Amino acid sequence: MNMIVCIKQVPDPEAPPASFKIDPATNKVIPPKGVSPVISPFDENAVEAALKIKDAQGGKITAISLGHNLLRDVVKKPLSMGADELVLLEDEAFAEGDSWTTAYALAMAIKKIGSYDLIFCGRQAADWDSGLVGLGIAEILGLPSVTLARKITPGNGKVTVERVTADGYEVIETPLPAVITVSNELGEPRYPTIKGIMAAKKKEPIAWKPADLGMETAKIGPAGQHAKLMKLFQPVRESKCELIQADTPEESGAKLALRLKEAKIL
Amino acid sequence: MAEYKGVMVFGETVEGKLSPVTAEMLGAGKRLAKDLGQELCAILVGGDVSGFAQEAVALGADKAYVVNDPLLKDYQTDAYVTVMEKVVKEVMPRILLLGQTTIGRDLAPRLAFRLGTAVSMDCIDLAIDPGSKLLLQTRPVYGGNAQAVFTTELYPQMATVRAKAMSAPERDASRQGQIINIEAGLSPSAVRTRIVQKVTEKVEGIKLEEAEVIVAGGRGIGDANGFKQLEEVAKLLHGAVGATRPPCDNKWVPDSWQIGLTGKIVSPNLYIAVALSGASQHMSGCSGAKNIVAINKDPEANIFKEARFGIVGDWKKVLPAFTQKVKELLAA
Repeated sequence: MNMIVCIKQVPDPEAPPASFKIDPATNKVIPPKGVSPVISPFDENAVEAALKIKDAQGGKITAISLGHNLLRDVVKKPLSMGADELVLLEDEAFAEGDSWTTAYALAMAIKKIGSYDLIFCGRQAADWDSGLVGLGIAEILGLPSVTLARKITPGNGKVTVERVTADGYEVIETPLPAVITVSNELGEPRYPTIKGIMAAKKKEPIAWKPADLGMETAKIGPAGQHAKLMKLFQPVRESKCELIQADTPEESGAKLALRLKEAKIL
Repeated sequence: MAEYKGVMVFGETVEGKLSPVTAEMLGAGKRLAKDLGQELCAILVGGDVSGFAQEAVALGADKAYVVNDPLLKDYQTDAYVTVMEKVVKEVMPRILLLGQTTIGRDLAPRLAFRLGTAVSMDCIDLAIDPGSKLLLQTRPVYGGNAQAVFTTELYPQMATVRAKAMSAPERDASRQGQIINIEAGLSPSAVRTRIVQKVTEKVEGIKLEEAEVIVAGGRGIGDANGFKQLEEVAKLLHGAVGATRPPCDNKWVPDSWQIGLTGKIVSPNLYIAVALSGASQHMSGCSGAKNIVAINKDPEANIFKEARFGIVGDWKKVLPAFTQKVKELLAA
C-alpha cells in the first residue's frame, strides 16, 4: 500500500486569540512572537490515518508539504510519527498562491511520485479553513474522493470509509487509488517516539522545485490564483460581561440563577 | 458567448422539507438577485424531488430546476458533481450558492475545480459590489480569529453559506414560478463510489440546532461523569448538552455533541458555557447565541469577552448551587 499524506505548516491555532494580529496594510497575519507554527491539526489526523493502515497491513507513507519558510522541525513531524519519506515543495514562487495553485502543485508532485493507492489530506487547514485542496487534487488527478473520514479500511483493491455526517455516519466504498480527507473523529494522532524523532533528524527531505514538476508558470503563485482576497480583518468585539460577585462560588451560582430570572432569560 | 446570469441556490431537503439553510440561501439570493436586477432560481437534485419545487418558489425563487434520477437518491460525489456541471453549463448562473453542509462541503469544492472557477466556503455575508457587480464573499478564517472578503472574476461565482448566518424569507404560498425539468443524463459507470450503509445516531431529547437552551462543557469538565451534571441542568431547562472538541476527542461525549467550526452551528436563547475557554473555533459555532453565560476559573479566558454574564470560579462548586436555585425558581 503506497500512501501519500499532504501536510501544511500553519500558525498554531491553539495560540491564545489575544495574540492573533493582522497587518491591514498587507492583508496578512503577523506571526505571534514566541509561538512556533505547527502542522495543521487535521493533517496530523491524516498522518495518523495512514499510520494506522501501515500498522495493520504495512506500506509506505510519503508526506508532502508545500510552502515557503518551512521549518524543518515542524514539517518533519510526520517522519517522527512514522512516515517513510518527506517531499518538500518549497519555493518563493509558491508564495501568494491559493487553494487552486496549491492543489495543482501537489497533484503534479503526486504524479511525479507515480505510484500511490491512497492520498490523504486533512479535512481543512487551520488557517484558511476552506477544505478545497484535497478535492482539488482528486479532480486534477481524476480520482474518486471521500471527505470527512473517521475510519478507513483498505482491502481487495478497494477502500471502505466511514464518513462523518451531521447526524451519524455513512459507509462508502471506493476503488483505489482514491483521495480521502480526514476529520478529527478518526482519533488523536500519536506522539512521536524518541526513536522516531532521532530517525527524522537524520532523514533528508526530497526537495522539488516548480521546474522539477514540469509546472506551467501561469498556474503558480499569484498568476494561478482563482480567488482574490480583498480584505482581511478582525471583527471588533465589545466585551460587556457582567461578572456575578459573591463571597463563595456556591453563592455566585445561586445569584446567577436569580440574575437570569430577573433578566427574563430563565 | 452566452452570458452568466441570475442567482442559483442548490436546495437540500431534510426530513421531507427544504432544509433551513436552503430557505436562508433563498432569502440571501433574492437580495443579491435584486441588486443585480436578475432572477433567483433553485436547483433541486435527487431521486424524486419535484415536490419541493413549489416550496422553493414560495420562498422566493422565480424558477425551480429539477433533476430526478434514481442514481441521485442519495448524495454521491461523482453523481452530483457530474449533474451539477451539466446544470451549470445549461443554465449558466452568475452566482451559485450551496449550504455549508455535509453535502456542500463535498460537492462545492470539487464542482468548482471541475468548472474551473473559485468558491468561498462557509460564508457569513454575501453582497454585490456596487461598482464591479462582483460577488463579495465574507467568511471567517483562522478558526474565526479573522474574517476575509474574497471575490473572483471567474463564473459562476460560487459560495457555500453557513447555517443561521442569513435570514429566511417570508413564505408566500401564492407565488407563481416556472418549474423546469433537466435530464440527469447520468450513466451508472460514472459513479465510482458505493454507499454501503447509512447510520443515523439517534438524538435523545432536543436537537442542538433547535434547542433554546444549551449547556456546553469544555476540557475543564474533566471526564464523562462531569457531563452528567450538565445534562441535569439542560434537562431542567428543556435544553440540550453540547461540547467543545476536546471532550469529543476524549470520548467523554458523542462526536455529534461538538459545537463549533467543524461541528454544529447553534443559536439558542441561552448558552451556558461551562469550563470552556472560548477558543475562536468553538465560538464559530455558538456566536449566534443571544445570551452567553460563562463559568470558568480562569478570569483571562476568552469566553468572558463573549459572555453577557460570567462567574469566575470552579464549576464544580458553582453549577450545583446554580442548579439548585433554578429548581427552586421553577417550583415557585
